[in-house]
Amino acid sequence: MTNASLAEWSNLAVYASMMILIGALVAFAISFAAKGQRVLTPALVTVGGAAPADTGAGSVDRSEVLSGRRAGNVAMSLTWLATGVLFVGLVLRGLWAGRVPWGNMYEFSLASSVAILGVFLVVSTRRDVRWLGLPVVVITLLSLGLAVTVLYTEAAQLVPALKSYWLVIHVAAAVVCGGAFAVAASISGLYLWRERAEEKGRVTGLVSSLPTASRLDTLAYRILAFAFPLWTFAVISGAIWAEAAWGRYWGWDPKETWAFITWVIYAGYLHARATAGWRGRRAAYISLLGFASFLINYFGVNLFVNSLHSYAGM
Amino acid sequence: MTTTTARMSTEPASPPPLDGSGFLRWCWRQLTSMRIALILLFLLALASIPGSVLPQRGLDPIRVTDWMEGNPTWGPILDRLGFFDVFSAPWFAAVYLLLCVSVIGCVLPRSKLHWKALRSSPPAAPRRLDRMAAHRTWQSSATADDVLDAAAASLRKRRWRVARGDGWVAAEKGYWRETGNLVFHAALIVLIVGVAYGALFGWRGNVIVREGTGFSDTLTQYDAWGGGRLVDPADLPPFAFTLEDFRVEFDRSEAQFGSPQLFEADLTVWPAPGEPSESVLVRVNEPLSLDGAKVFLVGHGYAPILELRDGLGRLVHDEGVIFLPQDGNMTSTGVLKAPDATPSLGIQGLFLATAALDDVRGPHSSFPAPDDPAVFLSAWAGDLGLDDGVPQSIYRLDTEGMTQLGLRALRPGESWEIPGGNGTVDFVGLERWASFQIAHDPGKEPALIASILALSGLMLSLFVRRRRIWVRAAPDGSGDTVVSVAGLMRSDDGDLTSDVEAVAVAVAESTGAKSQGRSTET
Repeated sequence: MTNASLAEWSNLAVYASMMILIGALVAFAISFAAKGQRVLTPALVTVGGAAPADTGAGSVDRSEVLSGRRAGNVAMSLTWLATGVLFVGLVLRGLWAGRVPWGNMYEFSLASSVAILGVFLVVSTRRDVRWLGLPVVVITLLSLGLAVTVLYTEAAQLVPALKSYWLVIHVAAAVVCGGAFAVAASISGLYLWRERAEEKGRVTGLVSSLPTASRLDTLAYRILAFAFPLWTFAVISGAIWAEAAWGRYWGWDPKETWAFITWVIYAGYLHARATAGWRGRRAAYISLLGFASFLINYFGVNLFVNSLHSYAGM
Repeated sequence: MTTTTARMSTEPASPPPLDGSGFLRWCWRQLTSMRIALILLFLLALASIPGSVLPQRGLDPIRVTDWMEGNPTWGPILDRLGFFDVFSAPWFAAVYLLLCVSVIGCVLPRSKLHWKALRSSPPAAPRRLDRMAAHRTWQSSATADDVLDAAAASLRKRRWRVARGDGWVAAEKGYWRETGNLVFHAALIVLIVGVAYGALFGWRGNVIVREGTGFSDTLTQYDAWGGGRLVDPADLPPFAFTLEDFRVEFDRSEAQFGSPQLFEADLTVWPAPGEPSESVLVRVNEPLSLDGAKVFLVGHGYAPILELRDGLGRLVHDEGVIFLPQDGNMTSTGVLKAPDATPSLGIQGLFLATAALDDVRGPHSSFPAPDDPAVFLSAWAGDLGLDDGVPQSIYRLDTEGMTQLGLRALRPGESWEIPGGNGTVDFVGLERWASFQIAHDPGKEPALIASILALSGLMLSLFVRRRRIWVRAAPDGSGDTVVSVAGLMRSDDGDLTSDVEAVAVAVAESTGAKSQGRSTET
């Protein structure tokens, strides 16, 4: 394949994957709404009488539940497909550039989108997380949308400072962390919603589609317990690379500073979960704060701050 | 982390006792409490933010000066408060030192507890095992002792720590979790010590070297040099090198027009006086390692070769003049000072690698490679101020007290007679220069080892699960034995069913006895 056609196919794959994700978004929304309906059903049925299968309301609700489940399955399939197509787009981008496809902000955003979907899908193989599909797909679409509209650049050679095998290791670790942080933040956001409803004792409607608050809390913790050591590794490998490239392993460059702040916030998260009065709601806020810090480090430092890490390619 | 909450004080703060030692103990308890550690962590994150938002002296002193000039009210106030040197400010140090004390105050007693736990047996089985989250009870035809022996043997084989009592077996596993946790926190302290050691005994300098010229490692040869408090500049390692050739390539594709693709410097290096020289290739990401120092390639630029004759026709300068790049396309500025010329001459210059001119930007360079090089010179005569004793930059001409003689643009090979018979300038040709950072940081290896230890400890503390298993067996009075197995997760909430199940299977297999019953997981 020629370079030009590699580029075309890569871009086509990205757009195709966005289209599929929009389909997944709709299906996840239907599934989420229908599941919320399901929890209402038993209450209605109990009030209605002892023979739920025969009442009209019960059968309507049942068909709605079935269509909700079907929508959930369709959504998951579409998400797998979109991730595969996006991954192909990323690989083609790498072939076009002749290097790893995370050398500028456009490519980092593509790779992070694959990572967000990837983390979500890995979790989905272990438990039913269809309730999580909606926020995950929304975040991915935002990331991809920004990538193709604002951040897009042609594939180009790297500046000498980036020509190092540490680019593969250090940035790949950061990309996967980005995916995990995003998924954990989505769960923490849903936790806050669910926890409020549980506290008021009114778990009805949409919020009843979610698992219990304590399950949400555990799942967010599991993901961050995986991501935090990886982020630690990303920071350490960045320091090793900085030593080779710039002659010092830590120089409080804005990117390094925000990586440090992000690290400290997530360290705070892990400690908060073991501290009375900080478990639950406060820990969830800290998880959101950590993701915000990651985003500031990515967008803020690359675009608005004068940093040694300003490799936006724009 | 059950142990964490047990050890760290989580009870609501009580008012401090007022007698001296009681008050101190109260302070210590507060400082080493998890709540205060958390608050200190967030203070640390918060305190770092100004360091990334405001310009910092250590990174970019010129931008600090600009910022202060643009904010005459707030500039000096923030400066006094250390906001332009955040990471060496006393309040920043206070936060991380308090955090260190808090960590040490937490790690030491916990190490002692953990040491004891490592040397003691798992606690006896509770009376009622069916209260545990994961448990299983069944009837076996084997004797109670056989069942317990089989359970203990199977647990030992799977590397549980096992204690055997009257009618019960207790087992515990996952001690590495707390070991990892303690190693992680201790390694962070070592890391900070390593950083501090490097700051005290390390040094760093910058030097610009033209092609064909050399550098030897003494203080006077540096353009800028900074060392820790305990460094004697007389003890710099005595190496020397010459920059033989410097190669640079720029991207000419439309997408990244002008961005660099290659920097390479050929050096001839003398590791120490009297030792044979060697040729070394230095690139970005591939520094030169010497005994006691590393040489990093950090920048490059152009040095137009200017031949200057004074009013009497004497040759006063015939070398490359280092011009400092002002933008990515190598629009560069430089100064040539000739105090010994008659009259004393100073020449300000603007160098353009690829000369271009437009109304908005004036003369500028449109591409970083020397496709169409040109210099714009401005000649001044008068007192250069070099004898005032005030140190001044070789890249800046103080034109106060000087008179401007004229302006002229030159291309290579062209010559300019300075008006008034004050001499001539020849733009002979072009050299390149490379700038090097030369650094010695004895703290970086300890810091790296500490980081790796911290990461290993962290992974152990997050991925290892501390858990207990108990087995009870007692005759049921009708010839059979009632066997109960239960598990308790001591770290975070997790599922122990598989561990309980494994013990049940092992017991059934080795006693060869039939068993009935089901395991439950709530």
